Amino acid sequence: MPPPGPEDHVRGEGESLIVYADLGCPRCAAAWAEIAARPGRLVFRHFPVASRHPRSPALHAAAEAAGVQGRFFEMVDSLYVDRGTVDDPHLWQRAERLGIDLERFEADRRSATVAARVRRDFESGIRAGVTSTPAVFQGVPVVRHT
Amino acid sequence: MIAVGETAPDFTLRNQDGERVSLSDFRGRKLLLVFYPQDFSPVCSDQLSVYQEVKPEIAARGAEMVGISVDHQHAHKAFQEKLGIDIPLLADFEPKGEVARAYGAYVEERGHANRSLVLIDEEGTVEWVHESPPLEVPGANLIFDALASVAA
Repeated sequence: MPPPGPEDHVRGEGESLIVYADLGCPRCAAAWAEIAARPGRLVFRHFPVASRHPRSPALHAAAEAAGVQGRFFEMVDSLYVDRGTVDDPHLWQRAERLGIDLERFEADRRSATVAARVRRDFESGIRAGVTSTPAVFQGVPVVRHT
Repeated sequence: MIAVGETAPDFTLRNQDGERVSLSDFRGRKLLLVFYPQDFSPVCSDQLSVYQEVKPEIAARGAEMVGISVDHQHAHKAFQEKLGIDIPLLADFEPKGEVARAYGAYVEERGHANRSLVLIDEEGTVEWVHESPPLEVPGANLIFDALASVAA
């Protein structure tokens, strides 16, 4: 499994907690508050299981597109807090509430770059042997890239 | 558990749609047998869902994949629909567990197959096996490692 790097989505400081999570997964949503409250440096990696949760790819793309505008974890938190409203108009409402430029958000969430970024995390999860979400790895050594 | 190098025992089982599927149908292609305990169990659901996500990558490496459990074809159909997967599921239903037994993957005291993976080559010979400890799910990385190692 790749150690946390500069392209990862990270929040907080301290020992790394790498989480492979599916934004459409009810178990992840139930665990999210507890995971997010843990001390340390939270590293979020995309692991959408599309067959199980057909809306997941769109949600991961939305989070990634929000991340382009510096609102990645805000979108993740929002999607886990309220799982009931996740159609496109709801995503636009969430984006607006987070102060995200909608035109850019719409272009980014459908871009090949964003899809590739999500897929890269998913593949690293597969290589790490992830078979269910949330998959939490604690105490992974941090490699600082300069 | 069957050993690498042995001839894979032939079988004919019904799939989720009631069609008969035999090992010999796959001659000339690699086949991964995914023995799992039970339809609808949480762990088996997670395992098959993740395998579904990497099915194209497994196919790109020349292997097909089927799931096998002691459940009936109708249960398989419902399980497939629930998970949204199209991995063929074969019913080792009557005589119960006969194919799992032939591969040494049956657990008598529990009445179902152990979670095991068997990779069979183009000629019908066992190329790689993996038997999981209880409640441990073999990651898809093991499948890719196995496919890479037999291709090397």
